[in-house]
Amino acid sequence: MDFISIKNNSALPLASVPELDYHTFFEVNTSLMRGDPGRHCATLHGIPEKERVRLLCAIADDATGEIHLSTSVVSRDQVLRSMAGEVPACERFEREIHENFGISYTGHPWLKPVRYPFDRADRSQEIASYPFYSMESDELHEVGVGPIHAGVIEPGHFRFICNGEQILHLEIQLGFQHRGVEALFLRQQGVLQQVMLAEGIAGDTVAGHTTAHSMVREALAGVDAGEGAAFSRTMALELERMAIHTGDMAALCTDVAYQLGSAVFGRLRTPLVNFFQEWGGNRLGKGLIRPGRNQFPFTPQLGTRLSAILDAYERDFEEMSAMLFNLPSALSRFERTGVVSREDLLSIGAVGMAARMGGLTRDIRSSHPSLWYPSLAHQPVVKHHGDVYSRVQIRRDEIRQSMHHVRQLLEQIPDTVESRILPEIMAPGRLALSLVEGWRGEICHCALTGPHGELRHYKVKDPSFHNWMALALAVRNNEISDFPICNKSFNLSYCGHDL
Amino acid sequence: MLSALLILIAALFFTGIINRTKSMASGRKGPGVLQPLFDVWRLFRKGSVYPATAGILFRVAPTICLASIFMALLVVPFGREKGLLSFSGDFVFFAYVLALGRFLSIVAALDTGSSFEGMGASREALYGMLAEPAFFVLMGSLALLTGHTSFHEIFNALHLGSWVSYALATLATFVLVMIAMIENSRMPVDDPKTHLELTMVHEVMVLDHSGFDLGLILTAGYLKFAIFGALIVNLFIGMVPTGYAIPLFFLIQGGMAVAVGLIESFMARFRMSHNPQFITVLTSVALLVFFGVLLISGRFL
Repeated sequence: MDFISIKNNSALPLASVPELDYHTFFEVNTSLMRGDPGRHCATLHGIPEKERVRLLCAIADDATGEIHLSTSVVSRDQVLRSMAGEVPACERFEREIHENFGISYTGHPWLKPVRYPFDRADRSQEIASYPFYSMESDELHEVGVGPIHAGVIEPGHFRFICNGEQILHLEIQLGFQHRGVEALFLRQQGVLQQVMLAEGIAGDTVAGHTTAHSMVREALAGVDAGEGAAFSRTMALELERMAIHTGDMAALCTDVAYQLGSAVFGRLRTPLVNFFQEWGGNRLGKGLIRPGRNQFPFTPQLGTRLSAILDAYERDFEEMSAMLFNLPSALSRFERTGVVSREDLLSIGAVGMAARMGGLTRDIRSSHPSLWYPSLAHQPVVKHHGDVYSRVQIRRDEIRQSMHHVRQLLEQIPDTVESRILPEIMAPGRLALSLVEGWRGEICHCALTGPHGELRHYKVKDPSFHNWMALALAVRNNEISDFPICNKSFNLSYCGHDL
Repeated sequence: MLSALLILIAALFFTGIINRTKSMASGRKGPGVLQPLFDVWRLFRKGSVYPATAGILFRVAPTICLASIFMALLVVPFGREKGLLSFSGDFVFFAYVLALGRFLSIVAALDTGSSFEGMGASREALYGMLAEPAFFVLMGSLALLTGHTSFHEIFNALHLGSWVSYALATLATFVLVMIAMIENSRMPVDDPKTHLELTMVHEVMVLDHSGFDLGLILTAGYLKFAIFGALIVNLFIGMVPTGYAIPLFFLIQGGMAVAVGLIESFMARFRMSHNPQFITVLTSVALLVFFGVLLISGRFL
């Protein structure tokens, strides 16, 4: 076999992953992905091995629910054939490999730096001299926004090339928020230290990233956190989705200057995040999910409380949604704004909500289900127009769906309160991979243990990694004044990308 | 004299009432009605910071803007009372002295060399250009109807007419209210509350102004709204004795502020490319007034 297939959230010895020469590695992986929307690259990254680099490719197969792994060891000065030429979605992975290890590619569109990590291969590359795409013309003008933004949000630079009010091209430069999260995972070997790092990967996806991290950690240690922990994690993921989607709907209303929607949706988010506070002592869900244990068991009392919160939420949410979706002035802003075609989403490798709003069915909850999702029989919500309106609709529909899931969960609260402490030492030389559907989309955590059972390599892929490109494509030929609403309709993470 | 005084008083409360209405409509308590005044007072006690790229135009523009507003204020009458200045053709003076202020703020925005402010300036220039015909067709029609060419005479003569002139006044009110919304960068054309530079029109042009200069610009904005409010009031109070006209003035001004607040609470703003269409429609409505006038005065055949 040229690759090995594993289930989601499982670990295997690194030695059992087929090691191919680069040519075979290239052929196997591109032929798996080419022309099949059901298979996409979950992660492609390099693991340093002394002077050489081991490339690891993980392809998620939606039809079988498996993940196909293969590796190839290459030297740093080798010039490789770019997979992006065949499968454009690999473009950013290869840029990252090039930036970290100096490996060159032929046939890659442009090997630009991704996030300027401290230990990058070429230290002469600086964030201030990022090579932007530019056009020479007297008719066109460039508009640069950021890295410091008008709202108090995260840093990122947007460079527009405009013809008057019309955007011809947008390039998004990120990396300002790079904190070296992956390197810190190796320096901080404590279980608690690591899960707290995972909490900080993206502050709005705490449940998503901590769940992925915990699953990886548990797979490496060979333990199962039990039913109660799986329940809590599923509950936290769905509540997080509801809370953030509601907040996004408020922000979208703010951007089209619809004050009523902004105020009402903004208020509706609060009881949901406050429930997190009641449950685990933090409104963002920090401290709630820990590897190997069920830190805050979900009690029937909490269930009663949540049930009441949802009943009050649903009434107001449905009323406000009905108003928003019947307001001509708001619909005129949403409809046919920021369209991304299904072909484009497929070629850039969009995941999660951003893929589903354009007709691409990618949902880890149904394709690679874990936790309590198999029993929820989750069916992805899919929209087809790929415009801002689709992204607002998918939020409304996913909120309804999550509410349904949460209510189903509330009927089956497990009374087993097991609490197991994770062995600090994990099995040596093993590789574990976890895919979790956060509210933005597919989160991939991949870890490798060294000879003494310590973490040797840790790789995180946030859904924003690919989805930023969807935003850049969405705004083309739109008015520049519609950029903020396009941006908000994706609501991507800067820190999740920059790590 | 009376009109200038009343406009100054109305300007004190106008923006505050809008903000209060908006906050109440969204379930907030909101700032006090006088908060905009406190803001301006605070700004007046501050110095200004100037961008290194900006020249002398940037520094004088806020002062000239405010001066142009005061000049425009002089020609606005109040019912039977003339404005401080009144001469034939003063509505042309009114429109172009305001345009002078706008021109200076556009030039000042371009002076900073910022791409944001350049975009804002081009939008402001376009909307100003499109709104101008609406104002002149409207005022020209009223001049044709009444046979006078100064604000005071036009408004006084207008009220000697019949129900038909009130019908025309309704259309004229619509046009004037909408021009006021455009001139003052309110919804649905512009969103004064947004923090997003790329979608702003007026706000982005004044991004680089600070301290004292910003205070001048805000003051000019408050006054501008009250001036347009006063013009609209004038359409209705020509016949009314001054004693009744004063409460009516504040009633209409207050009503307009509340209406602006409600519009901004319960609808989304237009897509930027729909704005020119919307503003052009105002000219069509003004033409309707014009044809109405032709019909009434029997010059149509």
